[in-house]
Amino acid sequence: MRRISLALLLALLLPALAAGASKDTKLTLVAYSTPKDAYGQLISAFQKTKAGNGVSFSQSYGASGEQSRAVAAGLDADVVAFSLQPDITSLVQKNLVAKSWNKDKYKGMVTRSVVVFIVRDGNPKKLKTWDDLLKPGVQVITPNPFTSGGARWNVMAAYGGALRSGKTPKQAVDYLGKMWKHVVAQPTSAREGLQTFLAGRGDVFLAYENEAVFAQKKGQPVQFVIPKATILIENPIAVTSTSKHQTEAKAFLKFLRTLDAQRIFAQNGYRPVVPAAARGFNFPTRPQLFTIKYVGGWAKVEKRFFEPRTGIMARFIGSSGG
Amino acid sequence: MIGKYTVRFFALGYLAVLLAAPVGFVFWRTFEHGVGPAWGAVTSHDAVHALKVTLILVAIAVPANTIFGVMCSLAIVRHRFPGAGVVNAVVDLPLALSPVVAGLALLLLYGRGGWLGGHGVLFALPGMVLASIFVSLPFVVREVVPVLREIGTEQEQAAATLGASAFQTFRRVTWPAIRWATAYGVVLTTARALGEFGAVSVVSGRLAGQTETLTLYVQDRYVGFDTVGAYAAAGLLALIAVSTLILMTTLKPKEETQ
Amino acid sequence: MPEARRSLAPGLTIGLTTLYISVIVLLPLAALTWRAHGWDAISTKQAVAALQLTLGLSLLIAVINAFAGTAIAWTLVRDRFVGQGFVNALVDLPFALPTIVAGLTLLALYGPKSPVGVNAAFTRWSLLLAMLFVTLPFVVRTVQPVLFELDREMEEAAASLGASRFTTFLRIVLPSILPAILSGVALAFARAIGEFGAVVLISGNLPFKTEVISVYVFGRLESGDPGGAAAASVVILLISFGVLLAIGALRRWVTRHDR
Repeated sequence: MRRISLALLLALLLPALAAGASKDTKLTLVAYSTPKDAYGQLISAFQKTKAGNGVSFSQSYGASGEQSRAVAAGLDADVVAFSLQPDITSLVQKNLVAKSWNKDKYKGMVTRSVVVFIVRDGNPKKLKTWDDLLKPGVQVITPNPFTSGGARWNVMAAYGGALRSGKTPKQAVDYLGKMWKHVVAQPTSAREGLQTFLAGRGDVFLAYENEAVFAQKKGQPVQFVIPKATILIENPIAVTSTSKHQTEAKAFLKFLRTLDAQRIFAQNGYRPVVPAAARGFNFPTRPQLFTIKYVGGWAKVEKRFFEPRTGIMARFIGSSGG
Repeated sequence: MIGKYTVRFFALGYLAVLLAAPVGFVFWRTFEHGVGPAWGAVTSHDAVHALKVTLILVAIAVPANTIFGVMCSLAIVRHRFPGAGVVNAVVDLPLALSPVVAGLALLLLYGRGGWLGGHGVLFALPGMVLASIFVSLPFVVREVVPVLREIGTEQEQAAATLGASAFQTFRRVTWPAIRWATAYGVVLTTARALGEFGAVSVVSGRLAGQTETLTLYVQDRYVGFDTVGAYAAAGLLALIAVSTLILMTTLKPKEETQ
Repeated sequence: MPEARRSLAPGLTIGLTTLYISVIVLLPLAALTWRAHGWDAISTKQAVAALQLTLGLSLLIAVINAFAGTAIAWTLVRDRFVGQGFVNALVDLPFALPTIVAGLTLLALYGPKSPVGVNAAFTRWSLLLAMLFVTLPFVVRTVQPVLFELDREMEEAAASLGASRFTTFLRIVLPSILPAILSGVALAFARAIGEFGAVVLISGNLPFKTEVISVYVFGRLESGDPGGAAAASVVILLISFGVLLAIGALRRWVTRHDR
């Protein structure tokens, strides 16, 4: 009897022991499209660490908003990495990401960037500040913040830039209205915007530094200027509450904030959230850099500027001649 | 006076601007840096897998829509039932939906919380097949219906009075007449299923190496500034579409040539 | 017994057809309508402008395609020239190419850096161009098989009686191919209304100027208003449905003497 029950016990325990010895975990990463190269390198690096040994990855890259909607509709994800916080907040509201996702010391962020002006060779129209965009004849390209969530960074950079230059909030809103009259093309994504600019349209394209650097790395003839006053873009990452591999997923997130991982991000054009990793890279500090908090934080900003019916931008864009 | 040469001139001119120039441009961009890079792009692991996924979708969607298309055409034109006009119009509706909205509709139906949600349809092959069928639905119907109307029912009625069953009538009388139209319908359906991007993109979940179609691969290359890769993959799609047409043409019986 | 078999076939055909359409088309559309919320999404000035622009353009596209498509089908069926087979094979390509590529190509060829000096980008002409590109195969391919099957006797008789080519075409050929033309026109119209990918890049999506309704609806979705996007889409569908029914009625009126 005892021999049989011992054998039975071993038979039950053995698989568990074996599983503990070799992790056959598969993590699904659902991310926005720009950091694809970076994550490819990061995943390889992670798999060389003890925590990442034996962890395989399924990866999905696409437009941030579209990816967020896919996860909300049931796309199984363990780690989600989007280009702006609201795309994660919408998942929190659907109980797919824990409310405490951004309560760590990085506030849930994994990379940073800044809004820049991509200009023509030699910057012939000398566009350096936000007020320069109002010079007569200047043609601006920026995605419409309603068709591209990421473009909201551009709008808030412009608004905050106006505030930094001494304007009152009301004057800053007026500035936005005036600037929008210079917009001659509203592509539905940042990549499309760059394509439009490279095809010959416009004098300036409002873009993100990491995209500009990435384009340069890929041999595109891109020159950019970072205005003195610009917004600090912060890209969030989170583990989903539905993930069946919480430990491994959290380990991956922890890895992404290590010096080595942040260096990989920096090589791909992103400003690291770990300051030490920026050493040796060209990420100029800007004297009037501000964050989304300076202009009110995402919740207030979404309501005030980007509410589809009553938002400030809805008024500017949705009224004729906008 | 509309002479033969005027029509030809106008038609070819229109095609030169709208067809020849763009297609030529795609192939120029593909081979801009020589055959090597283009070939490399198209034979890469991801590209080959994407091609497989696309071909699977086409292999299911096209026969399904062809069988449906012929049946639907017969139903609308020959079996005159109440609501035939409505069905005729509904068949075109998938085209009127922008791909984003088509994807949204499928997400709403088969996604989390949807009426048919939670059965593994989305973000896997079944959802992508449904999306492909959805967007390429009308073409066989649209091709066959006019021909069915044009040829009239005389021969079919004659066959019936001679004692032929419905199936025999179809096989011996109707099918030879609509065969060519069906072939064109198949070509259009295939082309559409090959080139579909928007709706399939939304329902596929874009899982690299699993649910990426060739069109999604094109976008992936484009976003990564691999222009040659993007155009080469697009060129491959074009080649498959042309091959379908050539295949259909070779199936055309010799005695029907003018 | 032949009667029994014959009466089974229509029922089966109709039944299966209706089932297929219900599952594939109607169910998703019903789900869309169910979640539609916020009907004012389609009534803002911007939405109305986009809808008017898109509808107007789609109807124009349909008409242009009716003429161009017929001419091209004629050239491919009735004419003989070197490279005809080659041209025939290319006709479906605008369709098989993903819309991104269509957009990139048109932007490069007919945009600011056009090698032929034609810059139509970011204007309404660009919308016309992109829509004509993606709807090219429709009328051509629906008219071709009918033209092919056409009995030439009547045309030859008319010619021998002294009718000009044009009169022959107008009086004898056209009535026979008109239903096919309308079939292709319906497809072209529907596609033009729903087009997104090919127009976004080259048009610049400027509200009130070059923003089509599909872009506006996408904007609704992207800004967290899926109910509004669904509502706008349902309205577009109803309008499209109306136009498609009208085209069907037009066909019935045109062929009224044949029945």
